[in-house]
Amino acid sequence: MVRLNIILLLIAVACALAAVNANHKARKLFIELESEQKRMRDLEVEWGQLQLEQSTWAAHVRVEKIAREKLGMRPPAPGQIIAVEAEGAR
Amino acid sequence: MRGVKFSKSPLLSERLPLWRQRLVLALLLLGFVVLVGRSLFLQGINNEFLGDKGRARYERVIDISATRGRITDRHGDVLAISTPVRSIWAIPEDASLTPAQSRDLAQLLEMDVRELNRKLASERDFVYVKRQLPPELADKVSAMKLAGIHQKNEYRRYYPSGDVTAHMLGFTGIEDNGQEGVELAFNELLSGKPGSRRVIKDRRGNVVEDVESVRPPLEGKDIVLALDAKIQYLAYTHLRRAIEENKAKAGGVVVLDARTGEILALVNLPTYNPNNRGKLIGAQLRNRALTDTYEPGSTMKPFIAALALEKGKVRFDTPINTAPGKMTIGTATIHDAHMHGVLTVAQVIQKSSNVGISKMALSMKPEEMWTMFDSIGFGMPLKLGFPGEVGGRLRPAKNWRPIEQATMSYGHGISVTLMQMARAYQAFARDGDLTPISLTRMDTPPTNVKQIFSAQTAREVRAMLEMAVQPGGTAPKAQIPGYRVAGKTGTSHKLEGGAYANKYVASFTGFAPVSDPRLIVAVMVDEPSNGRHFGGDVSAPVFAQVMAGALRTLGVAPDAPLKPLATDMPPVTEEM
Repeated sequence: MVRLNIILLLIAVACALAAVNANHKARKLFIELESEQKRMRDLEVEWGQLQLEQSTWAAHVRVEKIAREKLGMRPPAPGQIIAVEAEGAR
Repeated sequence: MRGVKFSKSPLLSERLPLWRQRLVLALLLLGFVVLVGRSLFLQGINNEFLGDKGRARYERVIDISATRGRITDRHGDVLAISTPVRSIWAIPEDASLTPAQSRDLAQLLEMDVRELNRKLASERDFVYVKRQLPPELADKVSAMKLAGIHQKNEYRRYYPSGDVTAHMLGFTGIEDNGQEGVELAFNELLSGKPGSRRVIKDRRGNVVEDVESVRPPLEGKDIVLALDAKIQYLAYTHLRRAIEENKAKAGGVVVLDARTGEILALVNLPTYNPNNRGKLIGAQLRNRALTDTYEPGSTMKPFIAALALEKGKVRFDTPINTAPGKMTIGTATIHDAHMHGVLTVAQVIQKSSNVGISKMALSMKPEEMWTMFDSIGFGMPLKLGFPGEVGGRLRPAKNWRPIEQATMSYGHGISVTLMQMARAYQAFARDGDLTPISLTRMDTPPTNVKQIFSAQTAREVRAMLEMAVQPGGTAPKAQIPGYRVAGKTGTSHKLEGGAYANKYVASFTGFAPVSDPRLIVAVMVDEPSNGRHFGGDVSAPVFAQVMAGALRTLGVAPDAPLKPLATDMPPVTEEM
């Protein structure tokens, strides 16, 4: 009888410790999840800022200015354009 | 009493009355009952209060902010985006900065020390020191660890294309709510709803467990506009150049996709920079293409010709005698600038004869004209959801006098918006039908088209409009190398205080390529005052430049030989 009780007590203690351990692990994983989610949000913000930067650099005003002033480009005169029929077009 | 032991106390032998011990027992029992009752009440029946108190020690409700959706053009290029910024605020009572600290802070925030001190000396409990700072700068401020100075996360809206798309997009207020343009029209969709969740925090403030999501955040939806950023830019640059050259007061350009009714570009000048709205005046804010009406002048004529064709009053080549270049109706006289003699219906449109078109108009009933104007969308707003959108003026047909019916046929006495005019030309660019107009990109072709004219009529009017841009027409400057173009000029006097002033509105509306129309471009220039004021001189070149660039951008195959154009011939002067 005493032996059975001791065994049951040990099992109960083991279960309790396992529960504490599981809870601790869950919290650790949760903190990890939390930090990953924060990273996701930060990356999203950064992506937005990069998109903004991209559209600022690629603004047509800026592209045209560089093409005209730095690279000396200009639209072709009507006589300089040759239209080619696409392969398989009507 | 000394010497008397307790056990021998005479009091002990005294017999106490029974009620006394009963009373004590009863009082003790009652005390127990009260205690048990109270604990039952606290633990079982009314356990909310203590439970809340307990949870308040370790649970927190965190707000989750939602970002406002992006606005992109049809290719996905970002036109409006929100990024986080921080606002610095202070509790003036708590903020007692040393002079050195306030100097450093003011320098960091790029503001005047006196202004900072004035704000911190305020009587209020809460003052914004500076709003919407970049996060890096805000981090530097928080590194100073100043008492009473706090930060708050906010969002700021950026518009990378600046003044080019200003009227289309509109802008948001400091609280991130749409105030103009698409930002207002689609505010419901764009704005997210912030959520919140309940979590358990540990001693160090880390979130260790999610209890429940009180309200899941609703992120703002992204809006994909029909706008093509490149065409928009083309329209903007060419219109701006034309306005500078002609010393005009204002102007507008609308580019529509003839097949789908999508708005590919919408430009108004003068404009403003939505990223820096310091000193705005009303004239800059006006979205003229939608909120201002103008008398369209001769751009109205093709509709009358189409109606006359449709009703069987005339054919393409029916001769109409416009001699002697004027016509008297009642007490008023209509003039042509040149005497043309006998013209066919097609030539009336080509040479833009007021007398010719008036004769056609007067052969029809006012109700017939009114019904056509109404069905093509004049006189009522397009209901795009834009703030301040107007419908123009179209008076009921029963009040028309014959002279009014005649002047309306060449676009006076009736007013429209530029967007309405561009859309109405869809009836000619397509085979006589109209599609709804769309601000957003459409992935399927529109289904609910409205037939206005027969396909035959539309084809005939298309041919007349093509003649108008050829030598002998009013707008040879609207020609584009490589493409067949059709369109109509309009020049109208401006109404000022009920009388026609010596100021003009020069407009041009047209489409290309004629063999399979793809784009409709409408141009309006308000008060050109550099010597030229005809639609064919002022607006037609803008049309040609925008159309040529847009067709090339879209990769539309040329439908005409690429030879230099004959534009040396002076255009036929348009009537007014």
